[in-house]
Amino acid sequence: MNTILLGGTKGIGRALAREIIEAGNQVFLIGRDPDELERSAADLRARHPQNTETGWALCDLEDPSSFEKALTLGTAYLGRLHTVVVTAGLFALQEDLEEDTELARRLLTVNFANTVTFCEYARKRLLAQGGGTLCVLSSVAGDRGRKPVALYGASKAGLSHYLESLDHKYRDQGLITICVKPGFVRTGMTAGLKAPPFAGNPEDVAKTIYRAIEKGSPLVYTPAMWGVVMAVIRRLPRGVMRRINF
Amino acid sequence: MSLVSLNSSVEKNTDSGKQTRQVRELVASWGNQTRKGIVLRGERLKELSREAVLARGLGRSYGDSALPADESDILVETMMADRILAFDPESGHIRVEAGMSLFELNRLFLRRGFFCPVSPGTQFVTFGGMVASDVHGKMSHASGCFGSHHVNSMLMRVADGRLIECNADCEPDLFWATIGGMGLTGHILEVEFTLERITSPWIYSQSRRIANIDSFMDHLLDDGAQWPHGVGWIDCVSQGRNMGRGLLDVGRWASEDEAQGRSLPTKRRASFPMYLPEWALNRFTVKSFNTLYYWKHLQKKREGIRHPDDFFYPLDAILNWNKVYGRRGFTQYQCVLPSSAGRGAARHFLSVLTALGGASPLCVIKDCGEEGKGMLSFPMKGISIALDLAIRDNTQQIVDRLNQVVIELGGRIYLTKDTFTRAEDFRRMEPRLDAFLAVREKWDPKGKFSSAQSKRLFGR
Repeated sequence: MNTILLGGTKGIGRALAREIIEAGNQVFLIGRDPDELERSAADLRARHPQNTETGWALCDLEDPSSFEKALTLGTAYLGRLHTVVVTAGLFALQEDLEEDTELARRLLTVNFANTVTFCEYARKRLLAQGGGTLCVLSSVAGDRGRKPVALYGASKAGLSHYLESLDHKYRDQGLITICVKPGFVRTGMTAGLKAPPFAGNPEDVAKTIYRAIEKGSPLVYTPAMWGVVMAVIRRLPRGVMRRINF
Repeated sequence: MSLVSLNSSVEKNTDSGKQTRQVRELVASWGNQTRKGIVLRGERLKELSREAVLARGLGRSYGDSALPADESDILVETMMADRILAFDPESGHIRVEAGMSLFELNRLFLRRGFFCPVSPGTQFVTFGGMVASDVHGKMSHASGCFGSHHVNSMLMRVADGRLIECNADCEPDLFWATIGGMGLTGHILEVEFTLERITSPWIYSQSRRIANIDSFMDHLLDDGAQWPHGVGWIDCVSQGRNMGRGLLDVGRWASEDEAQGRSLPTKRRASFPMYLPEWALNRFTVKSFNTLYYWKHLQKKREGIRHPDDFFYPLDAILNWNKVYGRRGFTQYQCVLPSSAGRGAARHFLSVLTALGGASPLCVIKDCGEEGKGMLSFPMKGISIALDLAIRDNTQQIVDRLNQVVIELGGRIYLTKDTFTRAEDFRRMEPRLDAFLAVREKWDPKGKFSSAQSKRLFGR
């Protein structure tokens, strides 16, 4: 399985890149910081005796003009492309987003418009090769309008919506789209936030995502308990959601 | 502004310190000593280390060495900085970020025929921590300490904010003060060392029952000469003829023939579910445990192939085993008694311990090997004894009394385990202290770096 991974230097993306490599596959990293990309590529090269080369290229989710080139470089490096994964995105607390509208605009643009734009380029490329898998990290935050994640959640709700449609529309043509909805996972992104019950760690989450890619499951909640939690939350009446702070 | 970025982030030029939400939290050591402080976490150690006063790995130090001195102190937790930066399969040279764990290294490299040349009694430690404690292991009589004898070079963030690559040739004073320096000279960001080639991922070991402490001393030295790895467990409750009876475990890497190409399974781990109440560990239960543990080893001698996890890290099989000692926690008293103190030293130490009623289910004895080269490294030529003490009202008195014995015998204690030693006692055991403090002063004149332990023992 040859994979292009956007966001493999940190958190869940880092753990997933390792999982893919250690299973004997190839990964091509794309991201924003050349120094970090090289350090992560070195880490991946050391992790499997047969993986002596891991390439990388620059790609910035804030700059859509970087998308096509990064995918082209990745495909050229890997030969046949099987999977494209996006774990990158932005996160900020609701209070900060409300205070700084420009920050909110950037987050909405990156997590929704630009991520979808990136997926469109990836979709065309995978379809042109006769199919493949597109796996994107959305969030449980997009499942219901909730007070603490009004803006972040909205960006992820839009993304989840798009990913579901894509899977319905193109599965017949060989393009499998996987929408991953992580709950609270202990990474640099959530550092400083109080961990709720059922918080996960990136290694276990990465294992679940890798299995979903292998099986082609269109929707994954991880840690699994969050699937149950969100099933309840989705069913709560509006009057209850208005009163609670979850 | 709090913008935490995932991989493709926006804030290119912002100072990362400002993005981090600073919340005071309770930080706990392995012995469940706690202090309040601010802990920064994340993958980018270079950035996060800028304002921190102490770095912290997986929190396996027993005492207060990885705890903040003051609740406004900022610690950086290194666990998420866990990448391998370079590896050469020909030479075994490897360079890792400070938060990489020994567990991960073993997971990746044991089956490929490589092992860390020194390994402490748990694999849930980071390489940054292994340097700061200059850890020794079962093999210390043969392979020395990790930092002193195997680290080739490291990258540090020092007090004035600079990044410094130091080794035996470049800034040697910083290098040798940092090895065993408990994180007080600067933050270790990257560590470079050489992996040892092994003949198979299995251990060929021999274990046997030893009748008493005198017999133990003989066997430790004789067997040590023949086996590269060795450690003994002592029943430190029994007195008289049986004083210091126990089990001696020695081993070496199995040859290819002995291993017969068997693949190494991954060990399952249980987790200790809760803190035991304080009354659960008493003289009677400890004595029963020790007697059972001794006689569980029915044959006088056992020999054969073993999983390296069983041999090197028996306690890792139960995660959170520290909860056995209850919420009040425990301390481990570890000291080295120099060879110069003579053969009777260990017997003398044990008799003082039993007279104090310091019942301990875990008491470990080993041959310490050469002195560490770090300015504050723990090991010296002699016998190391380590024992767990559940914290009770008289723990301070027990530690004080044991420290008197150690001072009289010319030995010293291990800072990584210590919570109770008094500043004046530590000074009496540590003639190298002033030299260390001078280097610390040179690299950190404004006193940026500190821990709860450094404040207790060195005043800052």
